[in-house]
Amino acid sequence: MYTTEMHEGVHAETITMTGANGDSINAYLARPLGEGRFPAVVLAHHMPGWDAWYREVTFKFALHGYVTISPNLFFRAGHGTPEDVAAKVRADGGMPDDQVVGDLAGALNYVRALSYVNGKVGIFGTCSGGRHAYLAACRAPGFDALVDCWGGNVVMRPDQLSLKMPVAPIDYTKDLPCPILGLFGNDDTTPSPEQVNLHEAELKKYGKNYEFHRYDGAGHGFFYYHRPMYRQAQAVDGWEKVFAFLEKYLI
Amino acid sequence: MCTMIAEKIKIEGSGKGTNGWFALDQADVSYDHPFNAPYQYALNIDFVNESLGPSARVAVELSDSAARELVRTILSALEQAEAGGHLPKK
Repeated sequence: MYTTEMHEGVHAETITMTGANGDSINAYLARPLGEGRFPAVVLAHHMPGWDAWYREVTFKFALHGYVTISPNLFFRAGHGTPEDVAAKVRADGGMPDDQVVGDLAGALNYVRALSYVNGKVGIFGTCSGGRHAYLAACRAPGFDALVDCWGGNVVMRPDQLSLKMPVAPIDYTKDLPCPILGLFGNDDTTPSPEQVNLHEAELKKYGKNYEFHRYDGAGHGFFYYHRPMYRQAQAVDGWEKVFAFLEKYLI
Repeated sequence: MCTMIAEKIKIEGSGKGTNGWFALDQADVSYDHPFNAPYQYALNIDFVNESLGPSARVAVELSDSAARELVRTILSALEQAEAGGHLPKK
């Protein structure tokens, strides 16, 4: 726990890393300063893009003692403001799942190779990032903890599958190797409470270590203080649960 | 991408973005989380020219009722233009 006589510092900057297919992509890396080895977290950003909120959250995790990397999953769509790039990706129907898994696996490999990482790496995602984090945890070996915040389309109808998204993430559940924390708003429609029920049933079916929290009075994106979907009490509680979960499995 | 409701159409015309006027060749229409409008979901229209990069974009985000009213109004204006003989001869 931080107290005011302690020295605290973070170094944060844009870096280049190797992602899917050996592509060079950019990422935001934040590390706590100081001696010793730290746990790490990979962030899977949301549909609104590799944006200011995600740079802030990368920094937030580092302030809590985690080497944190947020790869730009929209890198190949071109460059511009995060919104302009995200709008293009939205129009294109998102990024291919295989590519996103490759980019998140690349981020895992990047932090694992750092001399100041303790060997434990979690993955955190919100919105489409929650879905991507679920996919990466199931398909890319090596994640030690998973946080899925309101990831929609983990459960998918057959007519929703496509060349870019050929398999519903829920179908990979049997391969999930690590504990999962899921945070959901009961007023959300992507995912709906019924879809979260299906997700939970699948985790139970395969005997997975999971912890789901479902908030009344909240819908999608209730951590987003800059949007009307923000719910202060639920967000404060949710962040406490995120850090308690990561402390349990990564430290 | 949360709702997976996103369509693209080819269009012709001009749009005024942050750097002035540019030629439009595509409209991207989605019903999904907006970036700015104060709703959980909005009818989002991006008037773009992808050959000019992501910043060549004129964006609007509308409530569903506003979007429906806009559709009706667009069609009404076109019907009046046709009745008045203003549309280009084909």
